[in-house]
Amino acid sequence: MENKKASFLPREGEAQPSRCPDNSAFKQQRLPAWKPQLTIASVLSSFFLTGAFCLTVGVCLVLSANSVREIQIDYSDKCSDCSKLRENTSNWNKECHCSVNFTLKEDILGDVFMYYGLQNFYQNHRRYVISRSDAQLLGRNVNIQRSSCAPFSTYRNGTPMAPCGAIANSVFNDTIDLFYNRNSSMIQVPLLKTGNSWWTDKNVKFRNPESYNLSSAFAGTARPPYWQKPVYLLDEENERNNGFVNDDFIIWMRVSAFATFRNLYRRVQRVRHFAEGLPAGNYTFQISYSILSDSLGLLERCREMERNLNTLLSDFPVTRFKGRKHVILSTVVWSGGSNPFLGIAYLASGTAATLTGFVITGIHLKLRKKKTYFQKQ
Amino acid sequence: MSRKIVPGCVSTMIWKKRFFKETCCQCGASDTEIQNEELENRGKVRKKKKKNENKRVIISNLPFGSKKWKENPNRYYDSNEIKTTKYTILTFLPKNICEQFHRFANIYFVFIAMLNFVPVVNAFQPEVSVIPICVIMAITAIKDAWEDFRRYKLDKEINHMGCYIYSREEHAYVEKCWKDVRVGDFVQLRCNEIIPADMLLLYSSDQNGICHLETANLDGETNLKQRQVVMGFSSQDTMYEPEFFQNTIICEMPNNDLNKFKGYMEQPNHEQVGFNIENLLLRGCTIRNTEAAVGIVIYAGHETKAMLNNSGPRYKRSRIEQRMNMDIFICVGLLFVMCLVGAVGHGIWTGNFWQHPPYDVPDRNGNFVSPVLAGFYMFLTMIILLQILIPISLYVSIELVKLGQVFLIHNDIDLYDEEADLSIQCRALTITEDLGQIQYIFSDKTGTLTENKMVFRRCTVDGIEFSHQENERRLKTQKELDLDNEDFAKLQHFTLPPTNLERSATYKHSTMRPLRRCQSDRVHFQGHKRNRSVGRRDSNQSQVAFSSPIEKDVSPDSRLLRRVQEAALQTESFSPLIHTKTSTSFTDFFLALAICNTVLVSTATEPRQRVTIPPPIKPSGITLERINQIFQRLKLASLSQSFSSSQSSSHLGASYSAKNTEEPLAVLESCDNETNCSASSRGQELQDKGSTDIGTASLDEVFRSATNSSLPTDFCYEAESPDEAALVYAARAYGFILVSRTPEQVTVQLPQGTLLTFDILYTLGFDSVRKRMSVVVRHPLTKEIVVYTKGADSVIMDLLDNSAEGNISIEKRLKRIKERTQKHLDYYARDGLRTLCIAKKVLNEDDFQKWANFRREAEAAIDNREELLIETAQHLETKFTLLGATGIEDRLQDGVRDTIVSLREAGIKIWVLTGDKQETAVNIAYSCKLLNQRDTVFTINTENKETCESLLNLTLEEVKKNYEYNKPQRKFFGIIPTSFSVSEAPSPEFGLVIDGQTLNIIFQGGLEEKFLELTQHCRSVLCCRSTPLQKSMVVKLIRRQLKVMTLSIGDGANDVSMIQAADVGIGISGQEGMQAVMASDFAITRFKHLKKLLLVHGHWCYARLAKMVIYFFYKNVCYVSLLFWYQFFCGFSGSTMVDYWQMIFFNLFFTSVPPLLFGVLDQDVSAETLLRLPELYKNGQNSEIYNLSAFIITMLDAFYQSLVCFFVPYFMYKDSDIDVSSFGNPINTISLLTILLHLALDMKTWTVLQLLTMICSVALYVIFSVIYSAVCLVCNPPTNPYWIMERQLKDPVFYLLCLITPVIALLPRFFIFSLRGTIGASLILKAQQVDKLPKGQQDLEIQKLRSRKEATSGAPVASPASNYDLDQSINHLCVSPFLYPATALSHGDTENQGVSASDPLGRKTHEEGYYFFNKWAEEESAATDSSAGPFFGHHPLVPSRETAPGQDGGKLTKDYRKNFNYGSHRRSLSSVTL
Repeated sequence: MENKKASFLPREGEAQPSRCPDNSAFKQQRLPAWKPQLTIASVLSSFFLTGAFCLTVGVCLVLSANSVREIQIDYSDKCSDCSKLRENTSNWNKECHCSVNFTLKEDILGDVFMYYGLQNFYQNHRRYVISRSDAQLLGRNVNIQRSSCAPFSTYRNGTPMAPCGAIANSVFNDTIDLFYNRNSSMIQVPLLKTGNSWWTDKNVKFRNPESYNLSSAFAGTARPPYWQKPVYLLDEENERNNGFVNDDFIIWMRVSAFATFRNLYRRVQRVRHFAEGLPAGNYTFQISYSILSDSLGLLERCREMERNLNTLLSDFPVTRFKGRKHVILSTVVWSGGSNPFLGIAYLASGTAATLTGFVITGIHLKLRKKKTYFQKQ
Repeated sequence: MSRKIVPGCVSTMIWKKRFFKETCCQCGASDTEIQNEELENRGKVRKKKKKNENKRVIISNLPFGSKKWKENPNRYYDSNEIKTTKYTILTFLPKNICEQFHRFANIYFVFIAMLNFVPVVNAFQPEVSVIPICVIMAITAIKDAWEDFRRYKLDKEINHMGCYIYSREEHAYVEKCWKDVRVGDFVQLRCNEIIPADMLLLYSSDQNGICHLETANLDGETNLKQRQVVMGFSSQDTMYEPEFFQNTIICEMPNNDLNKFKGYMEQPNHEQVGFNIENLLLRGCTIRNTEAAVGIVIYAGHETKAMLNNSGPRYKRSRIEQRMNMDIFICVGLLFVMCLVGAVGHGIWTGNFWQHPPYDVPDRNGNFVSPVLAGFYMFLTMIILLQILIPISLYVSIELVKLGQVFLIHNDIDLYDEEADLSIQCRALTITEDLGQIQYIFSDKTGTLTENKMVFRRCTVDGIEFSHQENERRLKTQKELDLDNEDFAKLQHFTLPPTNLERSATYKHSTMRPLRRCQSDRVHFQGHKRNRSVGRRDSNQSQVAFSSPIEKDVSPDSRLLRRVQEAALQTESFSPLIHTKTSTSFTDFFLALAICNTVLVSTATEPRQRVTIPPPIKPSGITLERINQIFQRLKLASLSQSFSSSQSSSHLGASYSAKNTEEPLAVLESCDNETNCSASSRGQELQDKGSTDIGTASLDEVFRSATNSSLPTDFCYEAESPDEAALVYAARAYGFILVSRTPEQVTVQLPQGTLLTFDILYTLGFDSVRKRMSVVVRHPLTKEIVVYTKGADSVIMDLLDNSAEGNISIEKRLKRIKERTQKHLDYYARDGLRTLCIAKKVLNEDDFQKWANFRREAEAAIDNREELLIETAQHLETKFTLLGATGIEDRLQDGVRDTIVSLREAGIKIWVLTGDKQETAVNIAYSCKLLNQRDTVFTINTENKETCESLLNLTLEEVKKNYEYNKPQRKFFGIIPTSFSVSEAPSPEFGLVIDGQTLNIIFQGGLEEKFLELTQHCRSVLCCRSTPLQKSMVVKLIRRQLKVMTLSIGDGANDVSMIQAADVGIGISGQEGMQAVMASDFAITRFKHLKKLLLVHGHWCYARLAKMVIYFFYKNVCYVSLLFWYQFFCGFSGSTMVDYWQMIFFNLFFTSVPPLLFGVLDQDVSAETLLRLPELYKNGQNSEIYNLSAFIITMLDAFYQSLVCFFVPYFMYKDSDIDVSSFGNPINTISLLTILLHLALDMKTWTVLQLLTMICSVALYVIFSVIYSAVCLVCNPPTNPYWIMERQLKDPVFYLLCLITPVIALLPRFFIFSLRGTIGASLILKAQQVDKLPKGQQDLEIQKLRSRKEATSGAPVASPASNYDLDQSINHLCVSPFLYPATALSHGDTENQGVSASDPLGRKTHEEGYYFFNKWAEEESAATDSSAGPFFGHHPLVPSRETAPGQDGGKLTKDYRKNFNYGSHRRSLSSVTL
């Protein structure tokens, strides 16, 4: 644009002898150009080629999507007892377990991923999405009051929440274990807690504040009101999976695009019986809700907040918003999960393109006949 | 450089000083008192002025030196410094921002940006949202600043031009800048200087106190205007001394009326002297022909009339933009609906919870809002979310695109005129695309269609026609000559003052002063051959009145030249045997041509220096007696053919004539027989005189003196009207050279080289009532008083003296001459020539004295002086002897015909609105193919409303009848092959000729609708004799009532109103100054440029911009609806899946350049094809690309595509662990690809640039995304795109998704496109296919297309073969018979009345016309000249044409039978064009 403007200027000064425009290809709009034309040959070839290509890809995709094994178990009703139990506030500190049995009719071979799925949980709600502080999660000491975490930023006494915000506050806190019932003995399926999140998230985006140990790093902050334990106790066994860099937390913090979603929870460790994947047989999910610890004496405040906010304190209650909870076991192929849509889309558009090609051929042939007839006259 | 007083004048000056001192002393002390009083009064006046504002008081500045400046009442007036800039550095920002807020869209966007800062809407990043509007406004501001800076530079240049102001300290004129000129200053101007401010003329070096002024810069009129020194000052014949100026000037307040000014001057003795516009020198005009002039500045700077008239370019809104604004409102509606859906949806969604779920986050204080309120807030949130539905970048993009388009138009070499060294100027930057939608063209005639170069073509003397074939040939070859010269012209890179777009013309001379000397040398050096272009190039002042070689060099007709020579010899020899009447009338004819005018003579070496005295050699030797001697001598040498070196061309002519043996011998014989002519007595007398005084000078001596006297050959003639000059040049070609002219005398050089000085006794100037002008001169030899008159044939013919005092043979002869001349005149008229009759009359002394007394009385009369003057003139102008008639061609510009035919084919209706006469206009219309000879032309001239109405009704009826009559025929044509339809007589089309008066009646009488209805059936309309106001009224009427796109084209000041009234105004720069250019939107140099401008650039600009605008709408809707669809999946909470920066950049960078480039460069059809198939223009006319249906279809397509772009990824990622940003990223990518591919499908031309930008856009997006998501950890908090792009780039699914979605999205579009190509191939598509073909096939294909079009439309395009034979079929200028009774009713329409009264006579002339015509053709064919004219060989067609109408049905036959009108179309010439 710049030089256009410059040359658009009427030539001032007396250095310009003639105002005759340059006879250049650009200025005379005679640049060599390719003028695509929709001739019958190009049109037909493009349609048929597209059709053929789409069909091929579509077949591949469908085939690969079909190879995915997936099992999904709804446990929101199964554990309603716990919810009910918890609803009575006096039972708040009682441990609650529930278990769901299912049978695998055939082996699930390969890497098996365990997801928890939520339905009707609008993680993508605008105010919910805003309610986080990336800077805090980076381990920076920031004034979170200025962030968009409110009202989950500080307590009334000014103690900042770590992590702040509604997303962190409402973290999925059901503990799910998988047992393999083999010869009436329950073998706990070894599950990998770590390595589930994105590498960049775990190593770059989420950092614990610098300190000699975690508890001191989070000194001066309080856990979010719905949490049962402070952030530095999320995984006491693994230092590298604790605090902000806890995989479950990181995954939760990656807000889902839709109200129905799944998050990777665990991966089946391929050892011993499960080296090939999950063998066919009976399995049990055991869901447990941990006890709240009142280490900071904030319980009363939480209660107060709960009354105000109808918050959840212990389990992940989905009934309130007509939601469902699932556990999902699935394998993964190069083309993603079990969703065959992409393959179908390719197949469909491939078919459509091919059909259109035929239609156009038909029309063309008909018209050409007519034309020649016309011309003969 | 200070101009001291000329020494010769000193004594008088001293005397004057003394005188004034005395008077001053007498006044003594009281004088100062009075002055003080006056000052006080003026102060009061100044204060008062605030209230009534009608007076301005000015006194001389000189009594107020630098000290007393504060007391000067003039100090309040504007200084001459002009400032056209809008801003200063300080005020730029606030003012510009204010200005930008005048645009509704900007307010909207700022409002949106503000809304972001409202907390309840939960904007993600309020600061970011400000960026787009800031960028947009910044771009606009930079553009404005740049434009303003240009203005500033120009102002500075003008302000620093120099002029001479009288300084009290130095008692002389000192050079100062224009800006230092103050009101009350005395400014001295010299010849060719530009006037710096409006001044009252106080002194002129001219004895009569006249100062000549060229106002071309102001009103475009090239003729010189006279300004008179204020009364009381004119008597001074010495240098004017400003220091004695004691008067107080009281005049009106500044206004912009160029033709009105009045005031008075109060002298110290309280005597008042009035003055008016005749005494005012206007800023921007140029002093001509006056050595020096002094004036006092009245208005300065912005208060000058020139500046007040210069309103600057107007902001015009193109039709596309209007349409676009409407569509923007549709978009606003759409936005509102979307927001409402969001709001309601959110309300309902929120209301559905009986408990607040964890994802429903309370506000800062932990409170939840009610669903209704939440819905309302959501409405606001949605507005900011979906704001880009209104394309914020659209306005800026359009502006940029138009700039690019203007740049390309500006650089089109085809629109460059080498002669003028001017390319097209686009003064309005906003309406390029309107050029592609023109439906009506209103054109001026003179200077627009024609060159305004009058070329002498033919003449008839004494009833003998001289066809001037040599001249015709010359005119043809002239063009080639010009071409040869162009290369040479290119080489001479003479520096040029910049012609800037805005005010160039007014001030462009400024910088050139130092160069003037060498320029004039140059002009001299090159001679007159390239005078015109050289003049243009080097010194602007010479461009105007100097004629081109085409006009100047008239090749004499060999026959006529021989005659003239014979005549000259005969007059010399005075032999009674060969002395004939013819010979004298030949001499008289050319004398009349040379004398009877108001042409001023100047020499080429000293441009614009008037020759008032004959060259100095002349008076030395040759006295009247001497001439007589020479005559006598020559008599002896009568056999010698050679006269002088200057006559060499005559030999050439003679040799031509040898070939041209055909001579109307009959005429010659008849003339020879009638030796007893009236002038013979005079000849006898002369002879007697000569014989008594036989000189002793030898023959050689005589020749030498004759040749000597003809030395200063190169005269330039400055005429009020170009046809006068043409006649003078014609006379010159035959050796009658006008050498000098003063108010008292005129000197003519005769072919023999002798100089004759005639005393001018009276000059009766031209006026439109008399339609003629006369000069009364005293013949230097015979001492006879002769009246030479030239004028319109209609007038002169009636004034001829038919009786020859009882001599029947003479009477008969005169009658015959008259008849013949009339025939010739009619032929000229049909040929499109302007005709003038030349006549003379010899007065005897007594009669003249009587008349002169009468005249003097009239001149002295106070009451109805004008009438008396006309009366006296008419009294004199009777009983003429016809000398002959001339045919002057107002040459059509190059390519006018072709352009008009093309534009007509393009479906544009062309009207000609001219101030010229009906006959001339009709002629030009025929010759430029505006009217076809086959057309039925209706002429409506009336002054009566009822008549007008009934005429309109009748005409309408007639037209409708014809249409019904033609309808079945058309259908018939549709089926049958073209070859057949050609043989059939095509349906006549209609033309309408209407004059200004009738127009007035139509406007006043509320007959507009009928008029419009009629005009819509007419192929072309001619409005003659219309005033500028009527022109603009017509344009406005059409524009407003028919809602069509109009274009006005004109070149003169009289076209300004019309140019401004139209949607697109085009000025032709060149002949008539800059006024039209100033008012125009585009300025071109030739009419033919209109063809490419409209058909190619107009078409392109329209197609490009329309497509671009549509694309922008599509783009935004498509993109925004993606966000909207997402609302259905996030509880209508206003979430976005796309990062905010990405969103902004998407519109600002990733998808902005390709459409911009598309808007500037795309060519749907190549220029060549567009020019060859004008029908393609209809595409734009009918707004085929951008109309409501196109908009709706595009919107639907956009919705479909956005649905695809959203739901394919949605279904793909449904139920997976996809997060918001990872979902948004592919969507963003997909939509980018889709949107760009969509454009790619629209693009018809792929040059490297387009390909590059396309690729760059995608690459930029990818690179930006990669970098952005790699770097941005916390930059844009809620959405965090960190590493998403990188991750997805590794994912095959992402690619598969990006591949399939655009395919699905664009498949239907592509399908429809390909179907369009297969089935209903539009003309555009055909043309595109033609483009692809190799050259040879292209022609064939275009022929096919055209013939197909003809066959289907039934409207035949005149094939080239049939064009010419129509030229001379005279009988087609027919008017329906019903006009007879109607015109009989009309009052005041003398022309039609006369015809209707004498119908049989009209028929007779008609038949005679045929007879004459055939005769003519025979004559021409006998001349055995192939270039005899287009009618050669076609004349047999004429009779057949007469029988042809019989087939068309009885009605038409009737038409032909009663056909009469051409006979009444007598030519006459007006030297003043309204």
